[in-house]
Amino acid sequence: MQGQTQTTGLSEPNLIADYDVGEFYDEMFSPGGSPRTNCQLLYEHIQELTSNDLRKRKTAAERSMIRLGITFNVYGEQEGTERIIPFDILPRIIQGEQWSWMSKGLKQRIIALNMFIDDIYNEQKILKDKVIPEHVVKSASSFRPQCVGLKPPNGIWCHITGTDLVRDSDGEFYVLEDNLRCPSGVSYVLQNRQLMKQTFPGLFEAQFVRPVDDYCSQLLDALNSLAPENIEKPVVAVLSPGIYNSAYFEHSFLAQQMGVDLVEGRDLVVRDRRVYARTTKGLKAVDVIYRRIDDDFLDPHVFRKDSMLGVPGIIDAYRAGNVALANAPGTGIADDKVIYAYVPDMIKYYLSEDPILPNVPTYVCWDDAQRDHVIKNIADMVVKPANESGGYGMLIGPRSSSEEHQKFVELIKANPRNYIAQPTLSLSRAPVIIDDHLEGRHVDLRPFIIYGRDIYVLPGGLTRVALRKGSLVVNSSQGGGSKDTWVV
Amino acid sequence: MLSRVADSIYWTSRYIERAEAVARFIAVNLNISMDLSTAGNQQWMPLVTTTGDDDKFSEIYGEANKRNVIEFLTFDRNNPNSILSCLINARENARSIRERISAEMWEHINRFYLMVKDVGDAEGILDDLPDFYEAVRNSGQQFSGVTDATMTHGEGWHFCQLGRFLERADKMSRILDVKYYILLPSPKHVGSAFDDLQWGALLRSASAYEMYRQRFGRIVPQNVVDFIMLDKEFPRAVLHCLTRANESLHAITGSDIEGFTNLPEQRLGQLRAEFAFTSATDIIARGLHEFIDDFQKRLNLVGESIGTTFFSLQAAA
Repeated sequence: MQGQTQTTGLSEPNLIADYDVGEFYDEMFSPGGSPRTNCQLLYEHIQELTSNDLRKRKTAAERSMIRLGITFNVYGEQEGTERIIPFDILPRIIQGEQWSWMSKGLKQRIIALNMFIDDIYNEQKILKDKVIPEHVVKSASSFRPQCVGLKPPNGIWCHITGTDLVRDSDGEFYVLEDNLRCPSGVSYVLQNRQLMKQTFPGLFEAQFVRPVDDYCSQLLDALNSLAPENIEKPVVAVLSPGIYNSAYFEHSFLAQQMGVDLVEGRDLVVRDRRVYARTTKGLKAVDVIYRRIDDDFLDPHVFRKDSMLGVPGIIDAYRAGNVALANAPGTGIADDKVIYAYVPDMIKYYLSEDPILPNVPTYVCWDDAQRDHVIKNIADMVVKPANESGGYGMLIGPRSSSEEHQKFVELIKANPRNYIAQPTLSLSRAPVIIDDHLEGRHVDLRPFIIYGRDIYVLPGGLTRVALRKGSLVVNSSQGGGSKDTWVV
Repeated sequence: MLSRVADSIYWTSRYIERAEAVARFIAVNLNISMDLSTAGNQQWMPLVTTTGDDDKFSEIYGEANKRNVIEFLTFDRNNPNSILSCLINARENARSIRERISAEMWEHINRFYLMVKDVGDAEGILDDLPDFYEAVRNSGQQFSGVTDATMTHGEGWHFCQLGRFLERADKMSRILDVKYYILLPSPKHVGSAFDDLQWGALLRSASAYEMYRQRFGRIVPQNVVDFIMLDKEFPRAVLHCLTRANESLHAITGSDIEGFTNLPEQRLGQLRAEFAFTSATDIIARGLHEFIDDFQKRLNLVGESIGTTFFSLQAAA
């Protein structure tokens, strides 16, 4: 078919021409500046677009996020401060074979972590065998003595996990941390993919991108599999702290996609060790709860007494086997960053295998020798508190003043158990649209793993981007954005 | 259905209907005041009075001129019944039940809210008022359409209907009241060209003009009262609203429409029956304003009993 001759673009500068790969591993380009093999199609596609076209597509994508209300709430700001997570429309591409290997490594890690949690709350063999020092576990603020002796259905504690991976300048992936409490971000993966299909329909037709759409079905299957055995058609619910929680959109989205009730603590009540929802027709029993409330707030009878978000008596119902909770209470012990340092040892101990995915080398400050090393080299280290998330309370040595170094030395000395340190990695970068051209920005990757009857790893995961120039912090609460992740 | 979810669906729908109604109030007043060029500012206070928020208004604004009243009723976040507040509330409620309503419903509410908010943030709105209120009215109507076409007509949808029709019944009666306040019905005006204009504007603001003409032809105040309050088939007439609300109430409980099994069914059934068996002559003889006032009080009691019967979390505990 004949059409109007396209002349735009000829006079505009090529938006890739001046792209600087820099000293980093670049997700799209090899050091010489040519596109990596998997990125060839994408490269050719964006070459044909003018910067104006790209910007238009970017604006269209952002506008549809606002229209759809895909937002998160920012803590500590005024009511109604909803923001969209800035979305960069250039996908981050991971090669299929590499993904298979990563996916294998993630499964291995989850199996070992789950065995660890089960062991810690039951026999504590790993402590008795002195693979992990007992005091490290018992002093973790996320260790829950109330959970000792619990036996969750099928022996599974961590049903939903988000594991943060980073790529260093050598091009290798490392595990940065494990999130086994209430990891969020999967809704962005699913929504980003929808947006990308509108933004680059041609690219999806030209190559096979592994689909992510069955995540919610996988999640529902896993949740159903936890129901008490005598229940034929289990009632599943997602428990949210409510609309002011930063991840509320996700809670609502997951409930909607699974077709289950989204409940808040005030909707539930416990009678005779069973959990019921208050409905317009009286009380309705609930069998499985995907809870997006931290342990601390889950049950004022057992954990924090001042919690208004939880359900009094729910842990008692759980102990009685009348309701299943995902993730199981107590899993947070594996989120502790000191425990993280021992995950390679766990894999060897429980599975007699070598870890497929390496940890970032980690110094635990409770150990005198390691602490001395950290303090001596603090200017080159990243120091993290053991039990924070969202990128808060950490020190990036090379980016900080000597006063800040000193401050962290004091903090470490005052509470050595609470700190770990890692060498500063040179995180990989990916090209991001900035105004009318591309610039490299640091990225990480959070794959999501569901542990039900089998283990399912969502192909790809959430690529988070540190949008501030030079920044290494990818958290959405601190100026991070996201990209769609394609496994091809 | 979860009590909290039912509560939120009901209020989402009520707030959208309320925002639409406030837009209609203001539109009718703009229309009338254009023809009452000599009356000046006096025509705006009654509007505030009919919404029942006069104390709050006087406290914040003092003088009841056009600008103040429009700001108060449209964009003032301190007024819980302003159009913007209604949309904020509708959206907050809808946001808490996104998984239970259709994606189209949510998107529509979100877009509706953003539209009003953007206009409120912009300068110079007073020049484009009629267009803006028309857009609000259209968005309100579109919400009903989207809801009917995309939400399963089950329990949740019936709560939606219940909220919408109770709110509409309340606000339609208040629209009549606006007219009452502006021009106390006086025999010498009846049948004059002037009166024709006034009542015509009122019918238009209720989207009732054409349908009224089809039924009665000439504009006669008593017939307008008859049509707005007592028509069985016109979807904005109070009696029709009460009938539809009553049907949804019984659909929710599954009980026989001819009786009652709880307090809201009893109260709404009685109220509907009175409307079904009264006449415009009776209403006017009793005093239109007094009749409307009494009606609104009883409608509030229906609303309260719906809250305690279906939504109050303690009730189910």
